[in-house]
Amino acid sequence: MRNVNITIDGMKLNVPGDYTILQAAKEANIYIPTLCFLKDINEIGCCRMCLVDTGAKALQAACVTPVVEGMNINTHTPKVVEARKVNLELILSNHVARCQTCYRSWTSCELQTLANKLGVDQERFSGEAKKYDIDVGISIVRDNNKCILCRRCVSVCHNRQTVGVIEAIGRGFDTHIGSPFEKSLWETPCVNCGQCINVCPVGALRECVDTDRVWAALNDPTKHVVVQTAPAVRAAIGESFGIEMGTPVTGKMVSALRMIGFDRVFDTNTGADLTIMEEATELIDRFRSGGKLPMITSCSPGWIKFCEHNFPEFLPNLSSCKSPHMMFGAIIKSYYAKKMDINPEDIVVVSVMPCTAKKFEIKRPEMHVKGLRDVDVVITTRELANMINDIGIDFVNLPDDNFDDPFGEASGAGVIFGATGGVMEAALRTAADILSGASTDAIEYEEVRGFEGVKMAEYKVGDVVLKAAVAHGLANARKLLAKVKAGEVDLQFIEIMACPHGCINGGGQPIQGSSVRNWGEVSALRAKALYREDKKSYYRKSHNNPAIKRLYKDFLGMAGGTMAHQLLHTHYKEREKYPENK
Amino acid sequence: MANCCLENSESKALLDKLDEVIDKYKDTAGPLIPILHEAQGIYGYLPFEVQLHISERLGIPLADVYGVVTFYTGFNTKPKGKYVINVCLGTACYVKGSENILDRFKTTLGIDIGDCTEDQIFSLEACRCIGSCGLAPAVMINDDVYGNVSPDDVESILANYQL
Repeated sequence: MRNVNITIDGMKLNVPGDYTILQAAKEANIYIPTLCFLKDINEIGCCRMCLVDTGAKALQAACVTPVVEGMNINTHTPKVVEARKVNLELILSNHVARCQTCYRSWTSCELQTLANKLGVDQERFSGEAKKYDIDVGISIVRDNNKCILCRRCVSVCHNRQTVGVIEAIGRGFDTHIGSPFEKSLWETPCVNCGQCINVCPVGALRECVDTDRVWAALNDPTKHVVVQTAPAVRAAIGESFGIEMGTPVTGKMVSALRMIGFDRVFDTNTGADLTIMEEATELIDRFRSGGKLPMITSCSPGWIKFCEHNFPEFLPNLSSCKSPHMMFGAIIKSYYAKKMDINPEDIVVVSVMPCTAKKFEIKRPEMHVKGLRDVDVVITTRELANMINDIGIDFVNLPDDNFDDPFGEASGAGVIFGATGGVMEAALRTAADILSGASTDAIEYEEVRGFEGVKMAEYKVGDVVLKAAVAHGLANARKLLAKVKAGEVDLQFIEIMACPHGCINGGGQPIQGSSVRNWGEVSALRAKALYREDKKSYYRKSHNNPAIKRLYKDFLGMAGGTMAHQLLHTHYKEREKYPENK
Repeated sequence: MANCCLENSESKALLDKLDEVIDKYKDTAGPLIPILHEAQGIYGYLPFEVQLHISERLGIPLADVYGVVTFYTGFNTKPKGKYVINVCLGTACYVKGSENILDRFKTTLGIDIGDCTEDQIFSLEACRCIGSCGLAPAVMINDDVYGNVSPDDVESILANYQL
């Protein structure tokens, strides 16, 4: 793209011709306020916060207006400043500003930040305000009283995820974001991924909060409360306490969980190692016995529900493995309960997840063993941060602690589950050893790392050629599956994660607003933290984890055996999109 | 599509008609709005099942279809009565008190704007200017125009349609 010469606020600039005014201004260190704009997600110029004067008849939205040769832009004339301020005041006049009790207040509310920045310090406009019922779903809560109609949630749901269960409904002052025929989210084919929560600039969306249930269990002396934390949590929870993004805080997190009062603190990575044992075995079985291929991973409950609604023909391709925390929950309530001589009915398993879809997953009727739920409560990374704050823990200054025995240290293969391509890489590490019958040197499979939408790779192991693909974000998954269906690609193994970039960018992770996301790479930093943890692990292949070896030897028997199937595997069903109307 | 409004033979005929309309437009640019228009012509309104069917045939989310239907006042998601009452809220009628007439229709019929009476005889709408400003305040019932209406006329007007 050719560069163009422009003038911003009297400054001469030479910038690429495909820049927007917003990007050009950033280069000149000029701040233009934005609200609806979120890079790569929502670039529609609807909030009119970024208005600038280009000499055209009307003020232009900087976020969507491309620069042109000779353009003369003024970003802060009195007319511009006044227009932005009035627009913001009008948005505020129909926003329930209960900031004292809003979870986004002073941490990540972009509206509040903007009001401060633009010096909006009084309510000039008041009048009719809309009142909406709060929609409480299974994983997600929507409070339209706080919604400012930026449409970021609509964009991410339609474009990134191709789920498309919300839209702007009605017109003019009646416009609101909702589902068809005003249905609750849980009555739609929503997959509970929670990406809408992560992009919301205000407190209109959040997860269903379950921390009260955790406190109740912790305060019940008859309960043995076990917590497990997913790999992606350690890569992001530090952000909630001001620790630099991309810093793994595993040790501090374990300390905090112990202070909160959990009886045992376990690492879901052990569950991930278990998943790899089962999944790699299943893959090789399917490979050797002519089973259904390509096999598709089943760790992401958002992806599973998406498949059940949209691609029922691929249900036989899904690995029958439960997701890592569900497997681990089943093991805690069986093997661990027996070993510790605790009645499994007195055990409460709490999973800390980067994920909102896991709240739905634990409620799936089939997720139990002999009537005992595999996992009792799921809380998100954000909810754990709130619990840590609730009891006044100084997280930043905590010492490091280690996960509890008997599961102790997990492998590095488990930790990379949190980034797209991680499950694939972990499975390849184990499958390669099983297929070649020896310990291969291959550990890092670079081809499946990174954030390209669909990644493909081919690996020769012994005399077997394994063709693999990785997709993250459901739009990419849809694209890949269409190719598989059309016979355009021949694959044996596919990893799919519902959330773009994988669990590190899950719907339950600390919220990073547009000021960070528009100009930085949140997921890349979080992923780096996981790969760093992997690299310094003593065991980097799941099957070498001594806790896993012991578990199979003492309890489970063979990977893929009868006991393993009873505890660690599940099944799926086709789901109608709008079943309530039948 | 197994549901109340589309399962008997009469419904089958309507559905065939709808599919014809969809086939006619589905490969054109911007097919949704013309399809919705003709679908409303077939069914009289755009119930859930019809919107779902259109969304599935076009391969677009139901939320998109519903968003468009609720954006344009010309589309209805509720059935219309045999007689559609349009109370004009255009400038001339409004300043001559047509809102009071609208309120009287609401209380007399026990329905709100956009709703239909249980017996499916009357539905109530508010509209903007029917071009009879000289008769303000004006009310239209199907093709009949009533001028200089006062709230007390409402009952006698309705009586003309009690069949």
